[in-house]
Amino acid sequence: MGSNMAEAHPVGFQWVMEAKARGARLIHIDPRFTRTSALADTYVPIRAGTDIAFLGGVINHVLTNELDFREFVAAYTNASFLVGEEFADTEDLDGLFSGYDPETATYDRSTWHYEGVDPSGSTPKGDSARAKEQTQPMQAGGRGATVEGAAEDIVKDPTLQHPRCVFQILKRHFARYTPEMVERVCGTPQQQFRDVCEAWTGNSNRDRTTALVYSVGWTQHSVGAQYIRTGAILQLLLGNVGRPGGGVFALRGHASIQGSTDIPTLFNLLPGYLSMPDVAHDDLATYIDDQRAGGQKGYGYNVDAYMVSLLKEYFGDAATAENDFGFGWLPRIDGDHGTYRTVMDMIDGKVFGYFVMGQNPAVGSAHGKLQRLGMANLDWMVVRDLTEIETATFWKDSPEIETGEIVTEECRTEVFLMPAASHVEKEGTFTQTQRMLQWREKAVEPRGDQRSELWFFYHLGRLVRERLAASEDPRDEPVQKLAWDYETEGDGEWVEPSAEDVLRRINGHDLTTGEVLDNYLGLKADGTTSCGCWIYSGVFADGVNQAARRKPHDAQGPYEAEWGWTWPMNRRVLYNRASADPEGRPWSERKKLIWWDADAGRWTGHDIPDFPVGTAPGYVPPEGTTGPDALHGDDPFIMQADGKAWLFAPHGVVDGPLPAHYEPHESPVRNPIYTQQANPTRKVYGRPDNPSNPAPPEGGSEVFPFVLTAARLTEHHTAGGMSRQLPYLAELQPALFMEVSPELARERGLTHLGEAHVVTSRAAVQARVMVTDRMAPLRIDGRVVHQVWMPYHWGATGLVTGDVVNDLLGVVLDPNVFIQESKVATCDVRPGPRPRGAALTAMLDELRTRAGITTATGTRVGTAAGVAHVEEPATPDTPTHSPAATSEETP
Amino acid sequence: MTGRNRLSGPLDDVARDAGHLDHPARVGFFTDTSVCIGCKACEVACKEWNAVPEDGLDLLGMSFDNTGMLGANSWRHVAFIEQSRPLGHQDPGLAGLPTGPSGIGETVHAVEPRLRAAPRGGSELGTEPLPNAQDLGMPAFSRPGDDSGAESRTDFRWLMASDVCKHCTHAGCLDVCPTGALFRTEFGTVVVQQDICNGCGYCVSGCPYGVIDRREQDGRAQKCTLCYDRLGDGLEPACAKACPTDSIQFGPLDELRERADRRLEQLHGLGVDEARLYGRDPNDGVGGDGAFFLLLDEPEVYGLPPDPVVPTRNAPQMWRRAGAAAAAFALAGIGAFVSSTLGSRR
Repeated sequence: MGSNMAEAHPVGFQWVMEAKARGARLIHIDPRFTRTSALADTYVPIRAGTDIAFLGGVINHVLTNELDFREFVAAYTNASFLVGEEFADTEDLDGLFSGYDPETATYDRSTWHYEGVDPSGSTPKGDSARAKEQTQPMQAGGRGATVEGAAEDIVKDPTLQHPRCVFQILKRHFARYTPEMVERVCGTPQQQFRDVCEAWTGNSNRDRTTALVYSVGWTQHSVGAQYIRTGAILQLLLGNVGRPGGGVFALRGHASIQGSTDIPTLFNLLPGYLSMPDVAHDDLATYIDDQRAGGQKGYGYNVDAYMVSLLKEYFGDAATAENDFGFGWLPRIDGDHGTYRTVMDMIDGKVFGYFVMGQNPAVGSAHGKLQRLGMANLDWMVVRDLTEIETATFWKDSPEIETGEIVTEECRTEVFLMPAASHVEKEGTFTQTQRMLQWREKAVEPRGDQRSELWFFYHLGRLVRERLAASEDPRDEPVQKLAWDYETEGDGEWVEPSAEDVLRRINGHDLTTGEVLDNYLGLKADGTTSCGCWIYSGVFADGVNQAARRKPHDAQGPYEAEWGWTWPMNRRVLYNRASADPEGRPWSERKKLIWWDADAGRWTGHDIPDFPVGTAPGYVPPEGTTGPDALHGDDPFIMQADGKAWLFAPHGVVDGPLPAHYEPHESPVRNPIYTQQANPTRKVYGRPDNPSNPAPPEGGSEVFPFVLTAARLTEHHTAGGMSRQLPYLAELQPALFMEVSPELARERGLTHLGEAHVVTSRAAVQARVMVTDRMAPLRIDGRVVHQVWMPYHWGATGLVTGDVVNDLLGVVLDPNVFIQESKVATCDVRPGPRPRGAALTAMLDELRTRAGITTATGTRVGTAAGVAHVEEPATPDTPTHSPAATSEETP
Repeated sequence: MTGRNRLSGPLDDVARDAGHLDHPARVGFFTDTSVCIGCKACEVACKEWNAVPEDGLDLLGMSFDNTGMLGANSWRHVAFIEQSRPLGHQDPGLAGLPTGPSGIGETVHAVEPRLRAAPRGGSELGTEPLPNAQDLGMPAFSRPGDDSGAESRTDFRWLMASDVCKHCTHAGCLDVCPTGALFRTEFGTVVVQQDICNGCGYCVSGCPYGVIDRREQDGRAQKCTLCYDRLGDGLEPACAKACPTDSIQFGPLDELRERADRRLEQLHGLGVDEARLYGRDPNDGVGGDGAFFLLLDEPEVYGLPPDPVVPTRNAPQMWRRAGAAAAAFALAGIGAFVSSTLGSRR
């Protein structure tokens, strides 16, 4: 669901095919019939952007028919916890939860708390608007959100009957997500929906588990985080978490994207999902207190050891207890510094330089035009890539050249294009989907000036440090104090830094002995250990590069523990304490994974226990305990503040403690479930350069009557930089095309292989037409809705070129993690080639006028009864004429 | 050895027949199209290993197939077939979905003429091998999309299959090659030696599958070598190595045939009655293929000939007939000569 695994992850899909060959039933739920559907036992159509309604329907089926794995749910989730009386659900408030503030489009989450818990301490970073601006939920992702008093006993009803217990709240919340409603919202025929319900529940019990697989088809929505929450709730109700064959699998977009969040390239996180400090954190103690607010259970409590060890790794001997281990040298965040805000700041002249590596935002990011206009308004930009991608050539061949919005001679940005070494020309690790680090050898020497990222950053750091060595400006102190003492090979200035040494530093050292650490349990907060990423600690255990292990599967146990290395501590199944019952016995012989060995007094089994190894099943800690010691014997979720999995999130999510179906930001239909149309807390940017297509209840949505969704093809790689230049790949999918149903082709006069163009309020994109039965219209709330699909791999450079599909999208974000809604928008389709130059601008202006689009369109995020909110109303309410608004800033 | 016909029928030891007295087991491919995911990794791996050039940057509109067919510059070809047919017990999920236009009133008039002009909007191309145009009728809008006539959207399946040179037991290409450029290897496979090929093109018409082809640039014949160079080093061919789902299986032919039989039985047990083996039978027109297939429809659907026959199968008979005819001509000639001679004597 939300994944085209056969096409986007063909190598991983071999295991799905193997499971199928062994009798597993494969169900594919997707807006279009893909190569994954072709191999599935059952294909289930769905309208793009309605997955919460679908899964909510399955949850309702489970709860109504009492098909949940009751012992699992009662013991390991917060189903029995009571929620305070002040909480009001979307059922009570027509699509809003209690605490909505129309002024800021955020929730005051103090009414979502457990009974008897003082909520004041749990929003330590101040008000909810600030939490939203700083992606607080994402920052809390690594250790779970804080909950006041979580380490103590929370009021509960083990019978799950109390009207205010989470279980009953959940039941009421999803009661209207019936098969009839699912059909109305998603367009999925009822019979098929019921079949999915029966298959899913029938295969989830003591003896059997069901796996849920998703990819970016789920995340890239204005309710992206809540999509995942819905999947997690359902899997928890069915006991499919922490057990072999169960789980919610996030397939990452490409090689080591998992690694780039573990050791992040994000503005809001430090390695190991530690929060980036906030301007309010004056010192290390304030920061630590904030992370631990209210007394927490579990391993998140040891954040002091993780943070101090990280600082020791960054700053070496310069980090001492006296100077707070250099905590003051870390940057602080004071608002939204996400990638889209940054791009708008470029257009607004607030950003001067930009590094782009391993990314092609001119093609691959939502609202390509916004990206290119931003890049055209910088002093300098560094692009490192294998080929000369569009991000390096936008100043001479972007669509804006044709419309006059970027003029080559006047574009002020100086672009430095640096050749990069490919994955076979450098060594290091990939961290893949299942959190596994795999060491990769260098197969050949890079050619010419091509160099690895490690080499580039090592020397960039070295040169910057040399230039700043004599500086007395305090802002240069962090750079001066960096240890930057990695092992190198070779002689002269351009030595080669050792990737293995970097991995060893990431693993961490005991600084008193100089030995490498065995795992994160050995980390200390007193400055005697260093560790570059606490969850990776152990990857160099025993001084051995564990990521480089390649023992064949037939030479080891069933969980292949000696193939690569998975964080944390090489555990293959997270939260695997839940694979045993509360007494520590496997739920069934067939699904046994770890269990309590009473004689030895420890957990044992096929996998490495994801639990304190000596904590007995019935253990109850003394009152007042915190951290790992506070975990009860039946608290499997060791990173959660209360040790339980959250069906209901009392904290940590800014757009609701439970998922609710909201229509996408751009939708052709009114929300059939609530008066609240779309996510009331989504981040919108009402700017002349970022218009939205209208959605009901706003007028004008009929101008863009179809649902647009985009994805990728097996034959190309994301923004095309690695495939459009290669003849063997380019020939396999040589042209941009759009998939439409025969019905839509007839309706719009499109002919197979003919030219046509898709239009939104942002752009028109020309493509060849592919008429196919794999696209089918859906009946949504009493009318037929067509969907249009396009792959997004094309741009202006390479052997095969085409328009940039991402130009069609605007920027609207999920409020929790700032992911853009790029999997669903509305559009129109017209036959023939698109207009060019001034005619294109005129057509888009005409379209916007016809649809009544202003900068306020789409910014009225609160539409529930009695709520009138306009986000970012500051911009004058004038029709958007795109060139006038931006060309002044992008000469 | 007299009396044995080496040009057709089953042949137990094809390599020995070609003169390899001491040789490894005959190897080949078993391509199980029921698990093909259409990733085309085989096409790319083949080109990378064998340095086969790019074959044109054309969007063909034949579903996701932009290769089109096997040829000098494409030694592997993945076919994509979209069909309105069921696949075993698979639920294609499309039954009951609307077939009419969207419920915007003003579209009715715009739609009407086009409905008549393009019954399937052109989607027939490459998606339906056999003509199956249906009149969907006109929408009436009692319920949007409901009354568009046939409600024809019922069954659907998307077949994918990777095609390759069959390495026939009796290879037409090899039999007609006048230069010896084509030869039978010790592995029982059929390989062209480009440095010997003179580009005469007899092999092209000799192949019952239309596989072998001359490269435009130099006129020499090109086709799959079953990675002869890799086999020599104990490696499996590049395409089989790259195939993520083991749709392309490489191994000793005897073993592959057993595996294929088991798989066929399994699929029949699962209700996929249309599954069949193609090229598995040593009694077929080419003596069985070294590269054979499990298909989910008639061979024609995949662009494969239903009953391939090696053109040289009938050569002995043809020569006998030709000989008889020549003899008859000769006799007639003699007769004519004799009679004319005699006549002149009159």
